[in-house]
Amino acid sequence: MSFHLVKRTEIKKVKAWAIRFAAILLALLLCGIVTMICTGDNPVSIFATIFKGAFGTQRKTWITLQYLAILQIIALALTPAFRMRFWNIGGEGQLLMGGLSAAACMITLEGKLPNALVILLMVVTSLLAGAIWGVIPALFKAKWNTNETLATLMMNYIATQLVAYFTIVWEVPKGSGKIGIINQNSNTGWLPNVGNKYLLSIIVALIITVFMYIYLQYSKHGYEIAVVGESVETARYVGINVEKVIIRTMLLSGALCGLAGLLLVGGINHTITTTISDGQGFTGVMVSWLAKFNPIEMIFTSLLIIFMNRGAGEISTAFELNQSFADILTGIILFSIIGCEFFIRYKISFNKNAGKENN
Amino acid sequence: MSNKDIAVSLRGITKSFGRITANKAVDLDIRKGEILSLLGENGSGKTSLMNMLAGIYFPDAGQIFINGKEVVIHSPKDAFALGIGMVHQHFKLIDVFNAVENIVLGLEGGLNLKAAEKKIMEICDKYGFEINLQKKIYDMSVSEKQTVEIVKVLYRGADILILDEPTAVLTPQETEKLFNVMRNMKEDGKSIVIITHKLNEVESISDRVAILRAGEFIGELETRESNAQIMTDMMVGHTVTLNIKRPEPVNPRPRISIENLTVIDEDGIKKLEDVSFTANTGEILGIAGISGCGQKELLRAIAGLENVENGNISYIHEDGRKEELIGKTPREISELGVKLSFVPEDRLGMGLVGNMNLADNMMLRSYRDGSSKFFTDKKAPRELAEKVVDQLQVATPGVDTPVRRLSGGNVQKVLVGREIASRPKVLLTAYAVRGLDIHSSYQIYDLINQQKERGAAVIFVGEDLDVLLELCDRILVLSGGKVAGIVDGKTADKYTLGAMMTQKGEA
Repeated sequence: MSFHLVKRTEIKKVKAWAIRFAAILLALLLCGIVTMICTGDNPVSIFATIFKGAFGTQRKTWITLQYLAILQIIALALTPAFRMRFWNIGGEGQLLMGGLSAAACMITLEGKLPNALVILLMVVTSLLAGAIWGVIPALFKAKWNTNETLATLMMNYIATQLVAYFTIVWEVPKGSGKIGIINQNSNTGWLPNVGNKYLLSIIVALIITVFMYIYLQYSKHGYEIAVVGESVETARYVGINVEKVIIRTMLLSGALCGLAGLLLVGGINHTITTTISDGQGFTGVMVSWLAKFNPIEMIFTSLLIIFMNRGAGEISTAFELNQSFADILTGIILFSIIGCEFFIRYKISFNKNAGKENN
Repeated sequence: MSNKDIAVSLRGITKSFGRITANKAVDLDIRKGEILSLLGENGSGKTSLMNMLAGIYFPDAGQIFINGKEVVIHSPKDAFALGIGMVHQHFKLIDVFNAVENIVLGLEGGLNLKAAEKKIMEICDKYGFEINLQKKIYDMSVSEKQTVEIVKVLYRGADILILDEPTAVLTPQETEKLFNVMRNMKEDGKSIVIITHKLNEVESISDRVAILRAGEFIGELETRESNAQIMTDMMVGHTVTLNIKRPEPVNPRPRISIENLTVIDEDGIKKLEDVSFTANTGEILGIAGISGCGQKELLRAIAGLENVENGNISYIHEDGRKEELIGKTPREISELGVKLSFVPEDRLGMGLVGNMNLADNMMLRSYRDGSSKFFTDKKAPRELAEKVVDQLQVATPGVDTPVRRLSGGNVQKVLVGREIASRPKVLLTAYAVRGLDIHSSYQIYDLINQQKERGAAVIFVGEDLDVLLELCDRILVLSGGKVAGIVDGKTADKYTLGAMMTQKGEA
């Protein structure tokens, strides 16, 4: 008996999602087994705990949706760059710069300007800061064809260190090494509540999802991005200014990452730390890829990651295990989800007549 | 014919890729000591059938017998062990290694280059290969690289050789040399399968012809009992007329005038040197030359895609106004009202986007149009795609199919269809029929002739000299980036062109 891997020429969307669903089930099974070995609890209660972690109470559901919204915005921000085959892995940095600008407005302008104006300035500066952080590697790429992967990655470190520096400048109380909740009394620069305190990010995420879908699918810019991504030669051949498209797209990508930073600082945490993004600038890369850069499918891939993340976190608390255990479970889950893409791309075919060679 | 004379026999070979069946229950015999031509249109399954013999693909069903014994070929290594070697259309050589290193690459056992060199020299002497074993691949011409590939296969002890379109990239002189070597190998009892689209070559080299159509085996013929018309009819499935028209140019006037054009590439190598000529309306100007002699740079320079070192390229309007094209981007050129269409050599890497569907590929030229500044107009390109599919008989499931899924001939029809849709005043084509089967090639020639009759100035870069001589009114020969001469297409002959292509400097 022998088998061959055959590349699938095409696969139905339904089938691809069925494979992904099977991978999640497998991941849950593996998580259950691992947890059972470590804790001795029965697997059913472990699965129940995972679900409870994400959707157990109304509050938990809202928090899950809010996390989902932020991850979705970051993934959407990276998507136009990825469609252009510009590997922007600098989402972290662009997000941090957006967050830092928002925090700077909140801290330095408290009591000096009306709240509405402060918020307006926060929006403008955080979008701008993210855009600048995104466009620097783009300029280098457009002018000298430097490697954008390295450049965007290095810009992350600069952003992290800048945040670390300003954390010390603005620390409260002095010597604590952190900023704490900004403007706790005046609430200056706190983004307004829409309905409840979770909804703002969710609405913003929905709007950007629809915008990005239309932008990529139906706009002239979106078309140019697709052509540049597929073949720079073709783009030049039809007279597209490739440099301009790269710069314009990274301005957009960076600005949207900056917006995610604004929401995290101004809307959710009301403070800034170097780890405020919780690695989502990188997780967003995966979310975008898994959804094949389709903004609508991205909702599901974001949900998948957030659901598993929250569930894994709950397991480690419920069974009194530390955070490392949650990381182990997240690792298993990600491995299954990414691994299943292999089966979406290839199928295994067994040779019926292979035995004959021994005759 | 006794079974002893049969080297390979394929029985009921079937292979599909997704929904496409590449080969369907093919039965084929290859005899010992013969040269067999494998003929078929693009996408008829010649290469995939041979790839199964060479261990690249694995058949879904069917049996392979080598010298009467059934075998299973899992990998190229298995194929080599059975004495089967294939020379692919795209060479698989390491550029920075020399010939000997490439030939022994991947073989097991100790590395003894001296001994290997001796053995290679014996093979070369035996069959009449001319090769400099110490030369690095990057210094080699296409023909030399091909020689290395063939020797590599022979060095591994192949008795059954498969050559996939070996002459597509050779000059007539080089082709003649290759054929002599093939005849020597045949004398030595080796079986050779040659895949080619050129029927005159089939007639001159092969003993037998096997024909595939749409993945199925149609029949086989003794070459001496066959002719081009019979073979084409079998390939296509119905009768096709095989002649290229050459209508007299009507009222030719200068349209593109090039003076002293010099192009130097990024490495500082002169790709074009002091090239001057005029292309007229209603005329096809052929460009002949060994590949890499500046053809590509010439067309790119006219299209506004090349950094030009020196010289002028003028476009002459109907009213005699001259427009300098150098220093302008393709977009600026088109905004000047210069209707210039370009069918580049690299169809899927430059002319089209492989992953986009037909409609979106039509949009490449027109996406800036439409009433909205922000949104693309998807309707007009879709209608154009449907029109092109309809008028040029593009075989496709629909206009929503990514163009990379189409076969070579159909890809080219989409590209040419888009480029002529704008009714160009100047049409540049590079290797417009490379890799295309006879039927598609003639359709492309017809389309080009239609543009000529419409009054477009056509510049046709070609490699098949027979075609250049039949189609073009004038032929410019490039040699090492210089103009070796311009000849009249009606009076020139193939060997003069071949000689001009290989000389240096002025004729």
